[in-house]
Order: sequence, then C-alpha cells, then structure tokens
Amino acid sequence: MQTPASFEYERATSVEGAIASLQKLGPEARIIAGGHSLLPMMKLRLANPAHLIDINDLTELSYVREQGDEVRIGALTRHVDLLDSELLAERFPLFRDAEVVIADPVVRNRGTIGGSLCQADAAEDLSAVCSAAKAKAVIHGAGGERVVAMEDFHIGPYMTAVGEGEMLTEIRLPLRAGAGSAHEKVERRAGDWAIAAASAAVWMDGGALSDVGIALSAVGLTTIHLTRAEDLLRGKAPSDELFAQAGEIASADCSPGADGRGAIDYKRHLAGVLTVRALRRASTRALNREV
Amino acid sequence: MQVSVTVNGEVVSREIEPRQLLVHFIRDTPGLTGTHWGCDTSNCGACVVLMDGKPIKSCTTLAVMCEGHEIRTVESLEVDGRLDPVQMGFHERHALQCGFCTPGMEMTARALLDENPDPTELEIRTAISGAICRCTGYKNIVSAVEWAAEYEASQRQEA
Repeated sequence: MQTPASFEYERATSVEGAIASLQKLGPEARIIAGGHSLLPMMKLRLANPAHLIDINDLTELSYVREQGDEVRIGALTRHVDLLDSELLAERFPLFRDAEVVIADPVVRNRGTIGGSLCQADAAEDLSAVCSAAKAKAVIHGAGGERVVAMEDFHIGPYMTAVGEGEMLTEIRLPLRAGAGSAHEKVERRAGDWAIAAASAAVWMDGGALSDVGIALSAVGLTTIHLTRAEDLLRGKAPSDELFAQAGEIASADCSPGADGRGAIDYKRHLAGVLTVRALRRASTRALNREV
Repeated sequence: MQVSVTVNGEVVSREIEPRQLLVHFIRDTPGLTGTHWGCDTSNCGACVVLMDGKPIKSCTTLAVMCEGHEIRTVESLEVDGRLDPVQMGFHERHALQCGFCTPGMEMTARALLDENPDPTELEIRTAISGAICRCTGYKNIVSAVEWAAEYEASQRQEA
C-alpha cells in the first residue's frame, strides 16, 4: 500500500495566510493544490514534506482572463479549465493542443497549472507550452510579488525559482500581434508521459517571423528551450526549409535518455519531427489569423 | 485530526491521519467498499468517485482535502432497488467480466452523461481514457454507456 509519510495539514484561507504559513514552517512545508504531482512523489518518498498547506479553497487563484496586453492565468486553474478556455484557444491555441493530451480527463479535473509548473518535471507539457509562449511567472512572497521569465523559472530538474516562503500565484502570457502557436506530442497511450513533445509559438509581422518561441518536453533533464533555433528563425520568412533546419537543431540540442519509451536516436528524431510540425502549425495559425 | 466528509449525502466523521487517502477513508466506512483500490498511481481509474459532481481519482486525493465537499460513490447509483441507467447499461451490454474496473467506469460514465447526455463514441472513449479494463477490450463498456444515454433520452421523452 502506498501512503505518504506523516505530515501536518492545514488549509489556507488567503494567499497571504499561505505565505505566512510557509515562512513560519520553513523548508519542510509545501503547498498542495490538485495533488496529482505531489502526492505520487510523497507516496514514493521522493518528497517528504512535514507540512502541507492546502490552497484548494483559494478560488481567487482560479481564472483565465485578458487583462491589458496579457492573458493571465491563476495558479490554481485546473487543467480542465485550461482545456475549456475559449480565450486561450483563441489567443494561445497550443494550450488546448497540450491539454487534450495531458494525463486523462479525470486527472485533469484536479491537476493545476501551478502544480504542473512547480513540479518542474522535464516530461511535463505545460512547462514547454509556457516557455514557447514566452510566459512570465508571478511569485508571491512576504515582500510582495516578483515576475520571472520562464527561462529563469526552471532552474533545474524539479527545481524552480520559487524560493522558501514563496508561492507561484499567476502565469502571464504577453499578447502580441500576428501570433500563432501549437503543441505536438507523441505518447504511448492516454495518460502516459510524452515520449517527446514540442511547443512552438510564432509572431508574424509583414510576412516574416518577428519572434519565435520553441521548447521541448521529455527529451532532457529539464524543459529544453531551443534558443539556437529561435535565433535562426527570427526575422526570416517561414518556409519548409527553414523549419527543417530548426528541426535539425532540435534533434541536436536535446539530450534524451533511453528508456521504455524509446532509444536515444529515436527520441532525437522525434524531437526534430515534432518541432517541424509544431512550427508549421503555429505559423499556419498565425497566417490564418492575419488574413 | 477530525475530518467530516459528505459521502452519498451522509456526513462521515472520523479521526484520521492527514495522510489518509480518500479511497481508504471511503472503504473504511461500513458498507462502502464498492470503490476499488487499484493501481494507487492515478493510472487505472478503479477508484474514481465524484467530488462535487466531477470524477476524481480517490487514490490521489487526501480525505482531509474533501471536507466541505460532496463525494458520491458507486453505492449511490442504485436507489431503493432501482439501478441507475448506467448500471442497467452495463448489465444489458455485458460490460464487465471480473468487475474490478466497474465502479470507476460507472462513476466516470455517470459524470459524463450528467454533463453531456448525448455523447459520441469518441466522447465516451475520451471520458473513460483514464480508466483501465483488462477484460472487455472496452467495446462493451462504450456500448453500455450508449445504451444508458439512449435509455435516459427515452425516459425524458416519456416524461
């Protein structure tokens, strides 16, 4: 029987209260939301928090809304609500692409975007999605909030910029003209981790790619941000040849391990193919919106 | 700690450790062993119950997190000897052999039909994609949910 080790439990009634508890209890305290990343880790004793602070009552952290020149997503927003969000489907369709294939519908009823990002598992889709979309993470602490770009949010395997006494409260997605995005994933079966996945976001201006975001899941120790491919594409007109070169960079710049999901060569190949597909679909979506 | 959870409309109060999983809290309640404890890793779906009407995996939910919420288990489907249409569908279409996955499948199907009374085959297959059956090959389970949807549609027409 898998049961977590003993811990103390409390329910937060406000963000400030949760942060005060985190600060009082120290590094052995963890936030729990949906629990679908943390509880499996606790059952395996890979995580052994002495205190759990349940934030499920903080419904003020569950929203997807447009505010100014951003789409803002509360950290407690569940996967099912990301999947159903028409605003995200319109502005950042890569979210819906990803959510359809994240875990299964029952798990998606509980798991949250904040939990997914804070778990910082390299095989998890939303980290790549947010990296490609050039998202920013809002981290709350006793001294107020700070805003961290995704490339600075993930600092290592299962490690994030969220420090002691802090919690992730919001994801911000900057809105820019000419946007298109897509997420491509290959998995063995529903609910399994990706063999590989690629997220791409493009911003078109006058027929050229004014900016590009590309990130890979499950083919390295962390989410892989393909900056070399982004630099190659930026400022150029989209073409199959260009995307093929980006795919080659993806294959070269990832660092997958061999496991039951596939050999290293296969995963490198897959990362390249999925990068090309994601870029092609993202730019098609951007062009269709422009017309 | 003292925890009170509403299960099938009745408040169940018990002194438990915070680490107790919902599936065990439910199964430790007299008469409520219908919820099955399967893979323990949120993969198989045998432990699915409804929390405020939505299916969740009770092996990956702490009982303490459910205080203040409504839990429904498979035992709530039959009322006064009358089976729920989902159960009738499983009976009519032979949608089980060993029966281990059945409680989770039925609760998942019940939640689907509550939200979407006329699902397509793909919608049914998607809804149950978080539940594993090693006997049926799923065909008869899909067929059972279709049977239940048709039955409920016919009941609505009569009403």
